[in-house]
Amino acid sequence: MRNVLISTVSWVYATLIFGFIFLPVAVLVLFSFQDGRLPVPPFNGFSTQWYAAVFADRKLMAALANSFVVALVSSLIACLLGFLAAYALARHKLPGSALQRGLLIAPMTVSYLIIALGLLTVLNTFGIPLSLWTVGVGHVVINLPLCFAIIYSSMGDHHINIERAARDLGASDFKVMVLVTAPMLMPSILAAFFLSVTFSWDEFIIAFLLSRFDVTLPVEIWSLLRSGLNPKTNAIGSLVFLVSVAALLLLEFTLFRKSGKS
Amino acid sequence: MTAAVSVENATKTFGPFTALNDVSLEIAAGEFIVLLGPSGCGKTTLLSILGGFLSPSRGRVLIGGREMTNVTPAKRPTTTMFQDYALFPHMKLKDNVGFGLRMRGMAKTERDEKALGFLDLVGLRTAADKKPHELSGGQRQRVALARALAVDPEVLLLDEPLGALDLKLRRQMQDELKAIQKRVGTTFVHVTHDQEEAMAIADRIVVMNQGRIEDIGAPADIYMRPRSLFSAGFMGEVNFIPGRVTALDPTSATVETALGTVTLSLTAFTAGAPIAGQAVTFCIRPEHFRRAEGEQANLVSLGQARITGQAFFGTHYRCHLAPDAAPDLSLVVHMRQSTHVSDGDAVPLAVPAKDVVVLPGTTKDT
Repeated sequence: MRNVLISTVSWVYATLIFGFIFLPVAVLVLFSFQDGRLPVPPFNGFSTQWYAAVFADRKLMAALANSFVVALVSSLIACLLGFLAAYALARHKLPGSALQRGLLIAPMTVSYLIIALGLLTVLNTFGIPLSLWTVGVGHVVINLPLCFAIIYSSMGDHHINIERAARDLGASDFKVMVLVTAPMLMPSILAAFFLSVTFSWDEFIIAFLLSRFDVTLPVEIWSLLRSGLNPKTNAIGSLVFLVSVAALLLLEFTLFRKSGKS
Repeated sequence: MTAAVSVENATKTFGPFTALNDVSLEIAAGEFIVLLGPSGCGKTTLLSILGGFLSPSRGRVLIGGREMTNVTPAKRPTTTMFQDYALFPHMKLKDNVGFGLRMRGMAKTERDEKALGFLDLVGLRTAADKKPHELSGGQRQRVALARALAVDPEVLLLDEPLGALDLKLRRQMQDELKAIQKRVGTTFVHVTHDQEEAMAIADRIVVMNQGRIEDIGAPADIYMRPRSLFSAGFMGEVNFIPGRVTALDPTSATVETALGTVTLSLTAFTAGAPIAGQAVTFCIRPEHFRRAEGEQANLVSLGQARITGQAFFGTHYRCHLAPDAAPDLSLVVHMRQSTHVSDGDAVPLAVPAKDVVVLPGTTKDT
């Protein structure tokens, strides 16, 4: 009896929690199929016209492509830098290593707005024009701490002997890193990479403040929203959500596969 | 390939701690040397110095006559087999074994062929396409051996390679290691704290304690004629009986002990000639005691003793005896299976003179 009660309560609780999290998304996706001009109830019928409109919108498509490029390139750079920093701090005695670790992770605690404003000031001072590159730089700044933290935490001491063995067998430091360390850490490197892709993909404030003519998708959506609600924004929102989910699934899949095997 | 190794006055300090204290050691080419000692005795430090993972604070290392003291591990003719095997988890076995050859620029087909040959040597040819996590501990250990041997090292360094295996597998791997060493002829330097393992595989054992070498010799020498109290105690169970040298002549010495006065040939003093008045310790292995039956030549009588405890061990009875002359001294004595022993029995104890080793100092010093 007591067990039934507990399990009922936990089911209700789980339903409420997941409902709270996913209902807005579900509504967003539902009304992206709205057959009518307004993405609000009542639901008039099923139509894919807004998706057609999205794919026909050159500016949106350009923003989508920009977002992809910025997410991939900035995540690659953040992962590479994060890996190098983690390798150095985990394997070598560096002066003030606790301080250096702290400094590397510190940007995580700073609001994106502050980071964006800071970068904007720096870029202005040096006369560097705003572009997708500057957005990418901003995203590297926010994702580097994440990549560093994930990769650093997975560099255990048990890897040291394996690297030592590689060196003993004649591998140079560079070869040890490329052929042994990086492949061993691949699950966490991939985790860091896909997480940064999703963060960069969704990021608005930095992308908004540091871009000018070429913009990323969130910025483009924001300018769409200024002209009022429209099922088209729901459609593009659903697409964005789909891509994030895909990235997370890919991450889950690759991690699960690696950890499931060993 | 094989090469001689020479360590000259190697000292290694870590801050105030001296891990290795002025150690000199000559290892012949093709020899199977075991560094034996308790944890913290400096054996792994010595191995790391041979492998190039540490450089000595003082002293030098020569391999095959070449100066190696400050040469990096990659450039030494040595490879190390690590205690945790340190296999590359993301590579197939053949790629693990072929890694060293790859680093030496050997083409893929050639090194695969060679890797397969070495996997064959350790009986894992059929598993060449597996990954390390699919193997058992013993198999991983063999892969580590194949990988270390694949680059034809002149000296193979083994850091407690059998430590993680269960006892039965360990005994089996000992035999295999020994057989493989004979086949490849490489100089093996093997670190362990297991004296049975050391005796089973070594050509010569180096007993170490507190950063120093206590004793070097063939297993039988070290066991039968130890040159230090530590070495005697570490190699197996032994009875220490304190005494004092009272008289000397050119071929023998008389020692007064709690069990009586004993005259022994100078050959019993393995650590150097005795000095009159010197405090010494008798070392007698439990299996060397005899029942004194009448007067027998070359048998040293140790008086009557009483059995205070006994247990049957299959090959022998292991008994605790309290000598009548010194009841607080408890001796461990192995008695034949066929004898009848029970608590309280009086036994006339004796030991063949050739089996007694007398070492300077008392057990309190060690």
